[in-house]
Amino acid sequence: MNAPPTSDDAERAGSQRGPGGRSGREGGGIARLLRWDAALGVLLVAVFLAGTGTTDGFADAANLSSALNDTVEIALLALPMTLLVVAGQVDLSVASMLGLSSALAGSLWDGGWTFELIVPICLLTGVLGGLLNGWLVTRVGLPSLAVTIGTLALYRGLASVVLGNKAVADFPETYAQWARSTETVPGTFMPYPMALFAVLAAAASVVLHRTSFGRSLFAIGAQEEVAYFAGIRVKRFKLVLFAVSGLMAAFAGLVYTLRYGSARADNGLGLELTVVASVLLGGVDFDGGKGTLGGAVAGVLLIGVLNNLLTLGDVSHEIQVIVTGGLLIVSVLIPRVIAVLTDRRHRRLAAS
Amino acid sequence: MRSRTHTRVLAATSAVCALALAVAGCSGTTKGDSEDDAKGKAHNAEANPDAPLKKGLKLAFLPKQINNPYMKVVDQAGIKATEGYGGEAKEVGPSDAKASSQVSYINTLIQQRQDAILIAANDPNAVCGPLKQAMKQDIKIVSYDSDAGKDCRHVFINQAGSEAIGRGLVRDMAKQIDNKGQIAVLSATQNATNQNTWITFMKDELKKPKYKDMKLVKTAYGDDVDQKSFQETQGLLKAYPKLKGIISPTTVGLAAAARYLSGSSYKGKVVLGGLGTPNQMRKYVKDGTLDQFSLWDPQNLGYLGSYAAAALSSGQITGKEGEEFEAGKLGKRKIGKDGEVILGPPTVFDKDNIDDYDF
Repeated sequence: MNAPPTSDDAERAGSQRGPGGRSGREGGGIARLLRWDAALGVLLVAVFLAGTGTTDGFADAANLSSALNDTVEIALLALPMTLLVVAGQVDLSVASMLGLSSALAGSLWDGGWTFELIVPICLLTGVLGGLLNGWLVTRVGLPSLAVTIGTLALYRGLASVVLGNKAVADFPETYAQWARSTETVPGTFMPYPMALFAVLAAAASVVLHRTSFGRSLFAIGAQEEVAYFAGIRVKRFKLVLFAVSGLMAAFAGLVYTLRYGSARADNGLGLELTVVASVLLGGVDFDGGKGTLGGAVAGVLLIGVLNNLLTLGDVSHEIQVIVTGGLLIVSVLIPRVIAVLTDRRHRRLAAS
Repeated sequence: MRSRTHTRVLAATSAVCALALAVAGCSGTTKGDSEDDAKGKAHNAEANPDAPLKKGLKLAFLPKQINNPYMKVVDQAGIKATEGYGGEAKEVGPSDAKASSQVSYINTLIQQRQDAILIAANDPNAVCGPLKQAMKQDIKIVSYDSDAGKDCRHVFINQAGSEAIGRGLVRDMAKQIDNKGQIAVLSATQNATNQNTWITFMKDELKKPKYKDMKLVKTAYGDDVDQKSFQETQGLLKAYPKLKGIISPTTVGLAAAARYLSGSSYKGKVVLGGLGTPNQMRKYVKDGTLDQFSLWDPQNLGYLGSYAAAALSSGQITGKEGEEFEAGKLGKRKIGKDGEVILGPPTVFDKDNIDDYDF
């Protein structure tokens, strides 16, 4: 069988998962069909078709462009987040780093710096912030959840220090036009930031599922100690992941700033939870070691499309939040239920 | 061996960075280059003051956030006014007062082909792009309560001049504390456009010689969240034991501060003032937690907004200075400088008149 290597392979490499693990081992073809990320893809298509059929203006190219563009920062942040969660880590400081990058861009732009110089400075800040997270996790040995809750507050605080309560606008049209939903890749409804996301997602997918680096991440997430003794440079890899996450957050901050044409210290406040929710909805296991990048992308798009559809249908924001929350719980629940059921069936078969 | 590789990588990275910075720094795009980029052309149509109000207009109110009681009153009054002249209106919006959340709502309202969008902007710049997009598709934009950028709307319904509000709040406070002592401000979010404008005017008013014994010691931010505002009030009173007064220029903040004061030993000793709605504040005015507060009539704000949107959609006005339109029970209204229509001076509520109001 030359199917692409998936989490299941790594699971084998990681060895010894409890009975709660997904039963990719024995299930063969049927289990593959039952995979959550595949089901999510089907659900996404179904929601899309249902929306086209029932809601006026949904399938309109302009609407799709703006709906896609509205999720672009979440989508970008979800890529490194997927890799982190697969490796059993999480970075909750991404939205604050997005805000810091935005505030920094605003403050420097206001101070008369050239935009071409601001971009590398912001990206560098992102890398440094990510390295600080990574350093605290790998060298000091603190859990990533605790560390990044701390830096979540720290980076947002720095953003307020950098820009205060000002809002800086009037960013250069030369760059701002690329971030808008009205400018699309010719012949499609794909706005440029989303097109860039597609390219990055493909690259991240290759890294996660086709390289030894990606496979190491699954191993680290499944059984960190085993991975360490198997010769995987656990700390180095984690550090790299956090740095990339910081970099991406800073980049998303620039996209956000240009897209809304407004740099503020509170930009992207609370976005980290949407990012984590999308990744989990995509079937990536919060305990690490399991998940696919395609699933995470489907999760992001599903939340985006669903929100757009519900807004078009004048469904109130409270109900939208309930729908997303419900979906999230289902996404965590269903794979476990399936696992328990198949496990029971296997045991029955073995007993008879 | 390892360390040598490290040094090499480090050197290479710094070289690349330096090069990038040098290239970028030489011939870049700065703020000066793009000053005129954003300026669009907006109003070019001719106004016809005698055009009848169109029937069946579709209006959408997009408040700062939907669960804010004050915004609800404004929007409900606006929706009722719209039904009064045969149009239909609805209220949609985010449950958080974030700039970005409003943008996706504007995009969907464009898709729904509304005749006009009435918006209380959370950030004047962030909503600008999508609003311009709407204007291109002949959707009329009225901002109310909190303005969007001047180029991004046809008319702004200003509840009262920002200057009058800011200076008035300081004057009212000064009267109650005999122009002496420390005061603090409990605001909404750090980036709230309205509140920041008013606070600027408050600070300016405090510079006058007659207030030389009054000192603004701190501006706290309750984020327009009830619990946070409550805690910030508590914090202010702990941190500044000599505090004489608190001004809260936001309805959420004022109600939360009053709730804290009424249950604390500071009740009656610390003067509270600001902007609030009579229904939220009635209890506290009657039990002596505060003597007075002020607000414009939010129902009239929504009412005027609705009529301005209808007048725009029917072609009676285009948003130019000097144009006039009929605003139902509020009579003829004139568009002032920068497309602003001013509702009128704020009302001061105290225990003598509070029962005359229900909102």
